[in-house]
Amino acid sequence: MSSAIEAVSTRSEKRDVNWSLWLRQVGAIFRLEIEKNFLGRRAILIYLIALLPLFPLLILALVTPPGNEWRDFNTYSTIYAILYNGLILRTVVFFGSAWIFMNLFRGELVDRSLHYYFLSAVRREVLVVGKYVSGLVTSIVLFTGTTVVAMLLLYVPHFYSQSLRYFTEGRGLVQILTYAGITMLACVGYGAFFLVVGLFIRNPIIPALLLYGWEWLNFLLPPLLKKISVIHYLNSLVPVQISEGPFAVVAEPTPAWIAIPSMLVVTLLVLILAAYRIRHMEIRYGSD
Amino acid sequence: MSSPEQLIIFDNVSKFYGEILGVNRVNLQIAPGITSLVGPNGAGKSTLMNLMTGLLRPTRGSITILGIPTDQPEQLFRKVGYCTQFDSFPRGMTGREFLNSFLLVHGFDRKRANELSLVALERVNLVEAADRKVAGYSKGMRQRIRLAQSIAHEPAVLILDEPLNGLDPMVRAETIALFRKLASEGLHLIISSHILHEVDMMSDRVVLLNNGYIVAEGNIHGVRDEMEEHPMQILIRCDEPAKLAAYVFAQNHVVEARLHDDRRGLFVKTRDADRFYLLLNRAVAEGEVNVESVAPVDDDLSAVYQYLIGTTGGSA
Repeated sequence: MSSAIEAVSTRSEKRDVNWSLWLRQVGAIFRLEIEKNFLGRRAILIYLIALLPLFPLLILALVTPPGNEWRDFNTYSTIYAILYNGLILRTVVFFGSAWIFMNLFRGELVDRSLHYYFLSAVRREVLVVGKYVSGLVTSIVLFTGTTVVAMLLLYVPHFYSQSLRYFTEGRGLVQILTYAGITMLACVGYGAFFLVVGLFIRNPIIPALLLYGWEWLNFLLPPLLKKISVIHYLNSLVPVQISEGPFAVVAEPTPAWIAIPSMLVVTLLVLILAAYRIRHMEIRYGSD
Repeated sequence: MSSPEQLIIFDNVSKFYGEILGVNRVNLQIAPGITSLVGPNGAGKSTLMNLMTGLLRPTRGSITILGIPTDQPEQLFRKVGYCTQFDSFPRGMTGREFLNSFLLVHGFDRKRANELSLVALERVNLVEAADRKVAGYSKGMRQRIRLAQSIAHEPAVLILDEPLNGLDPMVRAETIALFRKLASEGLHLIISSHILHEVDMMSDRVVLLNNGYIVAEGNIHGVRDEMEEHPMQILIRCDEPAKLAAYVFAQNHVVEARLHDDRRGLFVKTRDADRFYLLLNRAVAEGEVNVESVAPVDDDLSAVYQYLIGTTGGSA
């Protein structure tokens, strides 16, 4: 029998062939994984998490609470900022990313099906990229959707015509795009973290909860320690800053031109660590 | 002498799981053809196979498959297919989707992947069930779709961990015929099995393992010949077995001569089978006896297994 994937002779040609082969393989892995992420049994929890903020907003759309602030259009950007910070960013994106990215490898170890990838003629680094990209697309589609729909659901039922102008002509469009961008960045950062946690630790719930606690207590930390967290960089980017309470230690937000590249560089380093781990990983389902 | 590019080479390979021994000091060179790994549960058969395919990393030593180190899956699995014992599949796929998906991961384009899937499905007789969900397959069908997945990319080395498990007798025979055909095409087939008569029937050579060590390897008759501490047992069917017993018993190399229960045959145990056959020829030439048939009784894998490992092995 002959192999259909043949190496080529010259070095430059080989590099070209490898790149196109790797891209094709990333595409194949991506398609397999995206189907699992959206249609698999584990997807149900992700949909529930993504819909979580929409349930209270639906109730709010039907019943306006008492209090003047709920009748003032200008306070809605603050209300959304609170909702986004507390519920969407810290809960939906955090736990949603945890579930999606931890399951990319850990889920297949539990299902005992990871070996099919390991027995394919694919660099394990390519496997990491394919799986990470699939997780990223899944989380971005779902949670950016949540971010946008939540904002529209907050504004539109109460101030229909004002909202239309706000989102088409006013600064609403910039805000909605900024929040969507922050959600994407959160998926990038949390995704890489949870991917690695799922690879190194058999029960990833514990490190996830530790990170969750660290992120929640971020407002109490001294400025230097604040910078060792994802939430600090994300909060630095939100268009409407909210008070973190009387006990909060105030720190200067990190400028976007530092926050975004920093998060991307750290993500890249974490992915390199994941690739190293996968490269040396053994399959022993009994012990996993 | 074969070059490393034609061989599977284990160079002083050991694998420990913490303090537990998987295999120890394995030195092997495997040429094309069917090589069977035989041994009781826990002997190290699956460990050797997982080491060969990079699913496990050796604690010591190195392994190359046709010159490729096992820590380079991107090169290795262009040449190697592995049908594991793990009876699990990605969820929700049909047999055809299962094969296609991993051929695409290999890097084949969609058209070629479809062609290769179809060929593999035909080889394992699963074309009719190809578009049914794997989750609804019987155990035998799941075994066959795993086999199809391991051969679909047309590897030069095929590693099969208990590939006949769960197959009915008809499919077993077809599968063994497929293995023989693949071997005749020049493939390396490494097969683990505990069904000794099937191993005996299909293997070119065997590797006997026990407690993580290789206890014997090579052509089964060659292995048997080297076991001098266990004299060869031969059954001679003839008209006068008692006379033949008296004739041969005077020889030093004959350690036992015993009449068959039906009194029409003689069991002889000899330390030198070649000299015994010469002696028997002389007896026939001198008209001492008329011989109907001569057959070694313990020149098969079951006997070798029993002598070396101390149990009777498995049966179908």
